[in-house]
This record gives sequence, structure tokens and C-alpha cells, in this order.
Amino acid sequence: MKTYKNTGNIDTRSGFGAGLAELGRTNPEVVAMCADLTGSLKMDEFKNNHPERFFQIGIAEANMIGIAAGMTIGGKIPFTGTFANFSTGRVYDQIRQSVAYSGKNVKICASHAGLTLGEDGATHQILEDLGLMKMLPGMTVINTCDYNQTKAATIAIAEHDGPVYLRFGRPKVPNFTPEDQKFEIGKAVALTEGNDVTIVATGHLVWEALEAAKTLEDKGISAEVINIHTIKPLDETAILKSVRKTKCVVTAEEHNFLGGLGESVARTLTLNHPAPQEFVATNDTFGESGEPLMLLDKYGLNAKAISEKAEAVILRKE
Amino acid sequence: MSTSQHLQDFVTQVRRDILRQVHQVNSGHPGGSLGCAEFFSVLYQEVMDYSKDFNMDGVNEDLFFLSNGHISPVFYSVLSRSGFFPVKELNTFRKIDSRLQGHPTTHEGLPGVRIASGSLGQGMSVAIGAALTKKLNGDSHLIYSLHGDGELQEGQNWEAILYAGSKGVDNLIATIDYNKKQIDGATDDVLPLGDLKKKFEAFDWKVLELKEGNDLDAIKTTLETAKELTGKKQPIVILMETEMGNGVDFMMGTHAWHGKAPNDEQLQTALSQNPETLGDY
Repeated sequence: MKTYKNTGNIDTRSGFGAGLAELGRTNPEVVAMCADLTGSLKMDEFKNNHPERFFQIGIAEANMIGIAAGMTIGGKIPFTGTFANFSTGRVYDQIRQSVAYSGKNVKICASHAGLTLGEDGATHQILEDLGLMKMLPGMTVINTCDYNQTKAATIAIAEHDGPVYLRFGRPKVPNFTPEDQKFEIGKAVALTEGNDVTIVATGHLVWEALEAAKTLEDKGISAEVINIHTIKPLDETAILKSVRKTKCVVTAEEHNFLGGLGESVARTLTLNHPAPQEFVATNDTFGESGEPLMLLDKYGLNAKAISEKAEAVILRKE
Repeated sequence: MSTSQHLQDFVTQVRRDILRQVHQVNSGHPGGSLGCAEFFSVLYQEVMDYSKDFNMDGVNEDLFFLSNGHISPVFYSVLSRSGFFPVKELNTFRKIDSRLQGHPTTHEGLPGVRIASGSLGQGMSVAIGAALTKKLNGDSHLIYSLHGDGELQEGQNWEAILYAGSKGVDNLIATIDYNKKQIDGATDDVLPLGDLKKKFEAFDWKVLELKEGNDLDAIKTTLETAKELTGKKQPIVILMETEMGNGVDFMMGTHAWHGKAPNDEQLQTALSQNPETLGDY
């Protein structure tokens, strides 16, 4: 089985900051704005290098989304930055009407998504944002897995004409995807080849899926790990090709099972190639305060949970 | 300054368009539309510098954003009669497969519309964003916007008002349709707005009071004054006192026609008070 080397733990939000800084140098139409979380979103480099293109909105996320929508008129490409909860749930109607329905080229960039936000607790740990965003017609939804992928995705979405939700996180996590990767929106990345089970993972759980695949290999189970960084549009071709071979799937995401990646995969399978599926996701619950790794363990969102679900789903095969 | 016959005829025809649109589909919002017929007519016929060859980016043009999207009948009438799309398309208002949705949208590609509105309170932020882009682009043209007074009950407006005042967004002229009425009744009964002039001034806006918000000359004079006040580190707001249902006697002095269409008989009465001028669609 192909293995991946962690080149060092680093937060995905720093990948966003690095990507945004590069866009600042390469694309004069890119503007950035933040609702009083510039440091947390790692937007300082862009802000310092391009003060005329950076807008401090203050703690007013609804206004930020509206301003971003307006700034597209005249050709700017706005990147908004705040926590995932304040990027989505707080401003859903603003995104729906002023961005999505209006077809505006706004990039909604969201950090501190999911349980791994940690100690701040459930008020900030949104586990519903992927569902909220993927339901909006025309919205592209991306959840990146490490620093390098987040940087590449940040750069790539500037070239995409249309609204995008880019989700990343707070904790330092393994960085293992290639530094020079080409990020293709809507294109799954096959990480390992396997015959017994497909593991479709997104965000922080991609590394956990790779760890699970190692555990499974020790038990003689060959797992095919697919990194789905784009939840919408979903790379159905890649998923179906793998599941036709393995005949079962585990989906893994730092999100509620309702509305997340797993449900999108289930729909794809139901319509095209019904197969047993198990979900690694939160179980219709809010989170709580705690250390990120302990929370992932408590809520069943880690390599251990993925490998257990993989063994369970294999038993369900016809 | 005396108003041209053309502008008077234009407004009369716009009133007919509003009434006929909402009557045909027995839905829509005639009251606020009629109240702003003069404002839209002056803005599009005499004040704004724009291209009829619609382009979303609107570089080197003045731009207008309608925040209180429910008064779409007046917006559609004035856009079509200003050359953005065929006047006969008003016949499709609120019907299936139309570009003239109940509330304005870019989604069906209607020329002249740059943002969807309908869910209230969002237009001020959008207008500010467009104003910021104009500045970045070195484009000296202006941003105009219109908002309902009741709409100011939406909190997002006050985020936007704070931002524009504090950051000195001075290429923006926002107008409040200050008719003091909303769906459930008088604004003072629903949720009083208090002293709007003092409130905007406290947020560092330049306030112009337009007491005769249905008078063509007064509107034009005020808008021209507002233009002269741009570029002075302050956004500008016009508190435009209008009469909901203006130009139709039985629709004035009440909030009853906010979102109700006239029946056949009422339509004929209303149209008789506004004889055809530029030709019905």
C-alpha cells in the first residue's frame, strides 16, 4: 500500500493564509475582508502587503457578505474570512440571496470548522456548514485536508468563476499532500489502492483514513482511500469506480451525518450502484469543549472509528 | 426649475405600468411602487449616467441598487422605459418563465438588475461593496441605492450604516423611502424608527431631508445637491418623505395597498386618474 509522509504538523488555516498571500502577489483583482479575526484566519500577510485591497469589516458578518457581493460588481474577486460558524449559519440568508441567487463571484473562506476547534466549544464548532452550503444552487463546496492542499485550493478558487465555500480548520495536523500539487475543483484524489473497502474522506479525516488503512492492512484488509476535497460538485465517477470494485464504502467527515459528504455519497450510490455504506460523522449532535484529539475520539471521528466501520461494512457485503 | 412635460408624462405612464402589472397577476406591491415613481423617474431619466447596453460590471457608469425589492413594479417599468429591455415584457411580470420575478433578481438575466433583493436589509451592504470597488478601480461614478423605512428595522442595515460612516464611503447616495408605513401598519405603531436624521448623523452620515418626496423638481434638486456632497469623506442619505400609493386617490393615506392588487373596477378608477401618455405595454 502506498504510504504518505507527514512533513510536519501545521494548521490548514495557515495554508489559506499562504495561498491568499500568493494571490495578492499574482492577481490584482483579488480583495480580502475579515470580520475581526485577521490573525486567526492568517490573513495578516495579505493585509500587510496590500492594505488597499484589504477591508476590516468589524464584527459584522452579514455586512461583510453583502459588501463582498457588491465588490464583485466591477470585477473584484472577494475572499471573506471568519470562523466557519459565522461564515455560514450566521449569514445564511445573505449568502443565499446576495451571493448564490445573485450568482456573485465570492469566495467564502471559513476556518475553525468542526470539533477540532476544540476548547471554545459548541457555539463555535459548526457541524452543519457543509450541508447548509451544499444545498445552495450554484455553490461549490470544498473541505481541504492539509496545509498544502488548502494553499493550492485557495489559489485555485480564484480562477473559478462563481461562489465557493472553502472550509478548513484550526489545529496543527499532518501535512502530507504534495507541495506542488495542482488543485482541480471537483476531482477526487486517489490516495491508496485497495480491493476490500473504499474509504471516502474529507478534511481532517483524510489523514485519519490513511492511518486506518494501515491498521486494516495489518489485518489483511486492503482499503482504497479517496480524498474528496470537493463535496460539491462531487466526483461521482471516482467514487463509483472504486465502489464497483470494493463493493462497500465508509465515508468520513468532521460534520453531522445529516447533510454532509456521506449523504452525498449515499445518493450517488443509490442512484447508480447500491452498496453498503457506513458513516464516520457526528451523530446529529452538538460538540463540546475539549482538546481536539480527545473530542475526535469521543465523537468517533478518527482512525480507530474509521477502521472499525470498515470492518463492519465489509461484513455487510452480499 | 420647471419639470419637463416629458418627465411628467413618464411618471404618469410608470404609474399605469405599476397598476396594470399588479392587476394582471392579482399580486405584487403597488403602494410603495407608486410612492417611488417620481424618484425612479428622475433618477433614471435625469440624474444617473449609465449605459443602456447593460453590463454587470458597470465600469464608468453610475449604479443603482434596490434594497426593498418588493417595489419591483416601479423598477421594472422605469428600467424598460429607460431602454434596458422591451416595454412589452412588463406583460410577463410574476408569470412563469419570466425575467420579471416577483422580486428583482440577476438570476434570469434581466438587464438593469445587479443584485437580487426581496429578503430585506441587504442592499446597503451590497451598495457599499460596489462603492468600494469603484474606488479601487479609480472610477469616479457614483452608487445610488433605495431602501424602505420599515426595512431599517433589519439589523444588517446598521452594520452597513456604521461601516459606511466610519470608513467614509463617500461615493454612495442612499435614499430612504420615508413613507412611515409598512405591512402591518404605521411604522410608529410597528416599531418606531425614532429620529432618523439624528441616527444617521450619529453614524457620521450627511443627511438630506426631502420633504416633498413626490415632487419631481424637489427630488431632482436634492439628488443634485447630494451629488455635490460626494467625495467629502461622508456617505450621503436622503430621507425622502413619500406618500404610499401616490397618484391614486384611494390608495393614498393608508398602508392597505402595500401588497394588494386592485380589482377590475379599482384598476379602471386608478387608470382614469392617470391617463395614458407614452403608450401602454
